[in-house]
Amino acid sequence: MRRILKYVIIDIIKNKIVVFYTILIALFAWSAFGLEDNASKGLLTLLNIILFVVPLFSVLFSTIYIYNSSEFVELLVSQPIKRNKIWNSLFAGLSISLSVSFLIGAGIPLLVYAEPRKALMMIVVGVFVTLIFISLAFFSSILSRDKARGIGYSILLWLYFALLFDGLVLFLMFQLNDYPIEKMMVMISALSPIDLSRILMLLELDVSAMLGYTGAIFKQFFGTSLGLVLTFFLLLLWIVVPYVISLRKFRVKDL
Amino acid sequence: MIEVKSLSKRFGKFLVLNELNLHLRSGECIALIGPNGCGKTTLIKSILGMVVPTGGDILFQKKSILKDIEYRKKIGYMPQIGRYPENMTIGQIFDMVKSIRNVEYKLDEDLYHQFEIEKILHKTMNTLSGGTTQKVSAALAFLFDPEVLILDEPTAGLDPLSSEILKDKVLKEKAKGKLILITSHLLSELDDMVSEIIFMQEGEILFHQEVGVLTKETGMDRISKAIVHILKKR
Repeated sequence: MRRILKYVIIDIIKNKIVVFYTILIALFAWSAFGLEDNASKGLLTLLNIILFVVPLFSVLFSTIYIYNSSEFVELLVSQPIKRNKIWNSLFAGLSISLSVSFLIGAGIPLLVYAEPRKALMMIVVGVFVTLIFISLAFFSSILSRDKARGIGYSILLWLYFALLFDGLVLFLMFQLNDYPIEKMMVMISALSPIDLSRILMLLELDVSAMLGYTGAIFKQFFGTSLGLVLTFFLLLLWIVVPYVISLRKFRVKDL
Repeated sequence: MIEVKSLSKRFGKFLVLNELNLHLRSGECIALIGPNGCGKTTLIKSILGMVVPTGGDILFQKKSILKDIEYRKKIGYMPQIGRYPENMTIGQIFDMVKSIRNVEYKLDEDLYHQFEIEKILHKTMNTLSGGTTQKVSAALAFLFDPEVLILDEPTAGLDPLSSEILKDKVLKEKAKGKLILITSHLLSELDDMVSEIIFMQEGEILFHQEVGVLTKETGMDRISKAIVHILKKR
C-alpha cells in the first residue's frame, strides 16, 4: 500500500491547487487573528471560515480527484493487488495531503495566537472536518460513473450540511417553539458534522451563552467529558460510515 | 490452466455473458473472436478480476479467482485501449508496476527494447499517440514473463513493423508453452499464430475448436474463410 500511496501523494502535490489551498487558509487565519485585537474573537472568525471553506474544498477536490484517478485505478486493478488497498491508498493520500495543508495553513497561526488548548481543539476539529468531507466525496463518487453527476452529489451534500441543515433546524425551532425541544436539538445536531464541530468549538470558546437556553442544554450535554468523547465518536462515525459504504461498493465495481 | 464454469454477467437488464463454459489449456494460442459487443472484453475482464461476475466461477490452476489476487502475478494483460494516469511519465508507470509486482527473477525486456521505450521514458502519458500507448501496454504485459498472456486487440493501432515485432514475440512465447488468449477482428493475421478458435455471439460460445479441425471440416485453408463458411451454414 505504501508504494501506491507514494504515487498518489506525489500526484496530488504536483497538482498545485493543494498549495493554493494551503496559502488561502493561511491568509484567512493570519488575517482573522491580525484584524481582531482579541484572540477569542479571531478564533470565532476563523471557526466560521474553516467550517465554510474546508468542507467545500475537501469534498470538491476529492471528488474530482477520485474521478480523475479512474485510469490509475484501472491500471492497478489488473495487477496482483487487493482492491481494498487501492481504495485505501487513495483515501490515505487525499487525507494526508489535505490535512497537512490545513495544519500548515491554519495550525501555525493558531498555535501562535490562540491558547494552546483552544488551538489544539480547533486543529483537531479542522482535521476531522477535512476527513469527513473526503469520506463523503468517496461516497458520492462511487454512486455514479458519471463525473458530472458525482460532483453534483458532492455539491448537494455540501449545500445540505453547510446551509440547508441550519435552515431546517431554525425552521423546526420556530415551528415547535411551544414544546420542550431542546433535548431533541442535541440529537438533531448530531446529524450534521459541521454543526457538531461548531457546537464543540463554541463550547470550548465559552460563548455558548450566545445560544440561549439551547446553549445551556448543549453545555450540559456536550460540556461533560462523556459528551466530548461522544461527540468525537460521532465525528469518527461520519468519517467511517460513508467511506466503508464506498469501499464495499468499490470491491464489486466493474471497471 | 483456466476453467470458466457457467459464468454469467449482467449489466443492468442486459445479459452480457450467459452461462459460459470454457477450458483454456497452457501451450495453446487461442483466438477469441466474435462480433462487436458479444462479450469478449467482458469475459477477459472477468478473468482478470476487473469485472465481478453475476454468477458462476473461474478457476485458475484449479483455484477460484473470486477471492484470490495472487494468480494475477501469472497474467500479463494488454488492454484494448490502454488507459493510464495522464500526469505520469512512462518511466513512472514502469517503476510503479515493477514495484507492485516486486519480482526477483529476470524481467523479459525484449519488447521494451524492441519498441525503444527507453528513449521515451520521460514523456507523460497524455502526450502519447494511440500506437505508442499500445507499445507501452504490450511491453508491460510481457515484462514479467507471465504464464498467461491476455491480449485484447493487440495490433489495432500499431504500425506494421511494430505489429510484426509483437507477433514474433507472441510466437516465441507460445513456443515456451504459455497460454495466450488473443481477441482480434483481423482474422487474416491470426492464421500463423493461433492454435484454437473460440467464437462468441451474444454472450454465448458458438464453438471452441482447434484450427486444424476447423480448416479440415470446412475444407478451407484460411481461418477467415473457414469461419465465414461456418457462419453461412448456420
